[in-house]
Amino acid sequence: MKLSVWTYEGPPHVGAMRVATGMTGLHFVLHAPQGDTYADLLFTMIERRDHRPPVTYTTFQARDLGSDTANLFRTACLDAVERFDPQAIIVGSSCTAELIQDDPGGMSETMGLAIPAIPLELPSYQRKENFGADETFLQIVRALAEPMERSEAISCNILGPTALGFRHRDDVAEITGLLREMGIAVNVAAPMGSSPADIRRLGAAHFNVLLYPETAESAARWCEKTLGQPYTKPIPIGAGATRDFIGEVQALAGTDAAPDATRLRQPWWAASVDSTYLTGKRVFLFGDATHVKAAARVARDEMGFEVVGLGCYNREFARDIRALGKEFGLTPLISDDYLEVETAIAEAAPEMILGTQMERHIGKRLGIPCAVISAPVHVQDFPARYSPQMGFEGANVLFDTWVHPLVMGLEEHLLAMFREDFEFNDAAGPSHHGGHSPRPQDEAPAVEAAAEEGSMPSEAAPTGGEVIWLDDAERELRKIPFFVRGKARRNTEAFAASRGIGRISIDTLYEAKAHYAR
Amino acid sequence: MSDLPAPPAVGCRTAPVLRERGQREVFCGLTGIIWLHRKMQDAFFLVVGSRTCAHLLQSAAGVMIFAEPRFGTAILEETDLAGMADAQDELDREVARLLERRPDIRQLFLVGSCPSEVIKIDLSKAAERLSAAHAPHVRVLNYSGSGIETTFTEGEDACLAAMVPALEATEARELVIVGALPDVVEDQALSLLAAMGIGPVRCLPARRAAEDPAVGPNTVYALTQPFLGATHEALSRRGARHIPAPMPFGEEGTTRWLRAVADEFDVPDDVFERVTAAPRDRARRAVAAQAETLRGRSLFLFPDSQLEPPLARFLTRECGMTAIEVGSPFLHRDVIGPDLDLLAEGPVISEGQDVDLQLERCRAARPDLTVCGLGLANPLEAEGMTTKWAIELVFTPVHFYEQAGDLAGLFARPMRRKQALGLEAAE
Ligand code: SF4
Repeated sequence: MKLSVWTYEGPPHVGAMRVATGMTGLHFVLHAPQGDTYADLLFTMIERRDHRPPVTYTTFQARDLGSDTANLFRTACLDAVERFDPQAIIVGSSCTAELIQDDPGGMSETMGLAIPAIPLELPSYQRKENFGADETFLQIVRALAEPMERSEAISCNILGPTALGFRHRDDVAEITGLLREMGIAVNVAAPMGSSPADIRRLGAAHFNVLLYPETAESAARWCEKTLGQPYTKPIPIGAGATRDFIGEVQALAGTDAAPDATRLRQPWWAASVDSTYLTGKRVFLFGDATHVKAAARVARDEMGFEVVGLGCYNREFARDIRALGKEFGLTPLISDDYLEVETAIAEAAPEMILGTQMERHIGKRLGIPCAVISAPVHVQDFPARYSPQMGFEGANVLFDTWVHPLVMGLEEHLLAMFREDFEFNDAAGPSHHGGHSPRPQDEAPAVEAAAEEGSMPSEAAPTGGEVIWLDDAERELRKIPFFVRGKARRNTEAFAASRGIGRISIDTLYEAKAHYAR
Repeated sequence: MSDLPAPPAVGCRTAPVLRERGQREVFCGLTGIIWLHRKMQDAFFLVVGSRTCAHLLQSAAGVMIFAEPRFGTAILEETDLAGMADAQDELDREVARLLERRPDIRQLFLVGSCPSEVIKIDLSKAAERLSAAHAPHVRVLNYSGSGIETTFTEGEDACLAAMVPALEATEARELVIVGALPDVVEDQALSLLAAMGIGPVRCLPARRAAEDPAVGPNTVYALTQPFLGATHEALSRRGARHIPAPMPFGEEGTTRWLRAVADEFDVPDDVFERVTAAPRDRARRAVAAQAETLRGRSLFLFPDSQLEPPLARFLTRECGMTAIEVGSPFLHRDVIGPDLDLLAEGPVISEGQDVDLQLERCRAARPDLTVCGLGLANPLEAEGMTTKWAIELVFTPVHFYEQAGDLAGLFARPMRRKQALGLEAAE
């Protein structure tokens, strides 16, 4: 048993959902209670997907336990195949179904479905989201792909992108373009963007481009062994790593065609004198291992930062991060406990954090700017604009994004204050920005007073003396969220003045609210 | 209530109900922790569950309340599944560590989840033992928020119901307002009641453990949320008496709710009139402004929070909408009876869910506004429908007079937005 408040990774079946949701023509039948359907909103809200994830949940209830949960699964499975007409299904259990041991995989195999049913083992009490994605993709590839004749023209597959991935959408576009400029066609990009039919033709490619080891390394290894496809090792994040990647692709493809590098502005932007202030900025890196490894090199060699701490949350890649730590002369932090990460950051006292959304919040509490380099994702990590991390444009994007919080630190804090609002306690906002000591939210009155006196002095200032706020109206005003309180005060006073009301009561306040409501 | 249509002769209390038992697209009761932990300022909610439970809470909270919140998940691991004696010891250890770090905590809720229930971790035994160990400073209670037992708002119901047996006994004649309301709303309700001379009035839950109400045969209580069926039963078991009333949504709901309470306390008509006239009038005007957008439009409510029947009553009677389907995860008839009485016959009343079938009904009906969960909203918008996500209704102050306009506004805004963006679906 381990007490946890915020987690870097969801359970393994969420990883399986990321694979399924990125694909077309595949359906996931998940044996799970109703509450687990919350996972849909990750895709529809955070990623703004315009379709429901292709997942049927059995949503068994207590009354079904011990009687017919297995039957429920069977019906759900048959219904899903009929309704959604997929080319293949994957089946698995969430944490609760794992305990009741209905064996959905075994059942689906004996149901006589006309399409492949791919069983998943997702050990919820040992493993996490990235494992779930990696394992699911491996099982799909194993079940469907076979050795076959290579395409006539040189081609490769792109492996690793999933739904809800950190900038996967744009990375795939960027790398596809880069390969095209080198005369290499993309046979299949998977799992995101592929169908089971596409997975069947993976073997036609001459080699694989592995973009995200966290979600596709097992599949890449399997393809290497079974389909005889070598795969690329450098992850093209940053100018240097992109050049390494291009070199490896050239070797694998037997070509010396190079992509157009004139789009790469990052090296000159870093060399330009206005970037001098970046020299030796002390940065702390935390995220998934792949992004941290790439970011460490960019930070040191391409931005001129000093890396003062680093670590990753996914233990599967601990060895890589230990090696990286050795290279940088640092003891890496391998942990998925954000309190430990917070302590490490506080001790290292960096000038900037390159981390995840979790570190962004830690940074806010500690008053340290942060740029996000890795999953877990947040709605902000799905910008409308093209914003890859990989390839030449990715290097440009990294420069802009990492510099941004340094110059815009204050604005970031202000934005955060608004986003942090929560109906029962608006005073939570100000407590996050500024101060170096985290303040428990329970001290709401004190914090609120601070907000009134410190951060937002103008709204509490007397306004000229024509109108008087009665005590209870003043108290009522303070219950209004702080970021609209100033407006409420001004509106009410304007309203009172226009009606010739000299003393503002609760009634006046709400009369004004009603007046301005339209 | 001169502007409102007369109450329907029959209403929906006895209307046939479409009962569905297929795939449900709803949160589990753990979600209630997101608002309960803000309401009860000295309480901590410790979920005994899995990584999924932790992830649900995190996703539902939208990483909004990152400063160390007063909830957490004791994540069960492989070792806990092997031997149950361990789980109780581990719980003791985690709780001791937690309480040491958070000396401000006065009530601790051990919250059961699907995994803890399936492997039968006895949380009531744990709560008793821990209560004894940490008394008198901390009171430890337990309830289930699991997805196999509870749907979304039923988590709050289970939590409040678990508190009832622990409330002190009293012979005093007191009014208890039941339901976790935002403080600003609760204060408005209390001041209206005080102005009518009704008192003493207590709230369940109170903001702090020390202010929790006592309960006994002379206690009367009014519910402010339609999903409090179990709490309602627990209170009547303690001898307290329920004041049936429509839920205080909108001007009409609030007036009828207050009227029911006022009648219980023999408040004279002129006093009632004097206290409610001004805010009633304001509420009506505020609703009227929003109703311009809503009037004559059709409405389809997916089951989510159990607020659906009272909201349908508000939106049809006060905002002039037409309800096509009113879904609810569960219908507590003795709680929402007064709301159903006011809801004119016509809409399909559905209980439970089979989400794919319901989506088909919704698409066929092409309602002007669909109220649904976050998992369905964007996909339906992409099909050209206009949606309002239901979770906002439990995260926003919407009860009583001064919020009536805001409540209508929650539904009007998506419709106005569509017009503003020029996205009105081409018919
Ligand atoms: S449905 Fe059950 S397992 Fe899923 S989050 Fe809710 S309590 Fe946890």
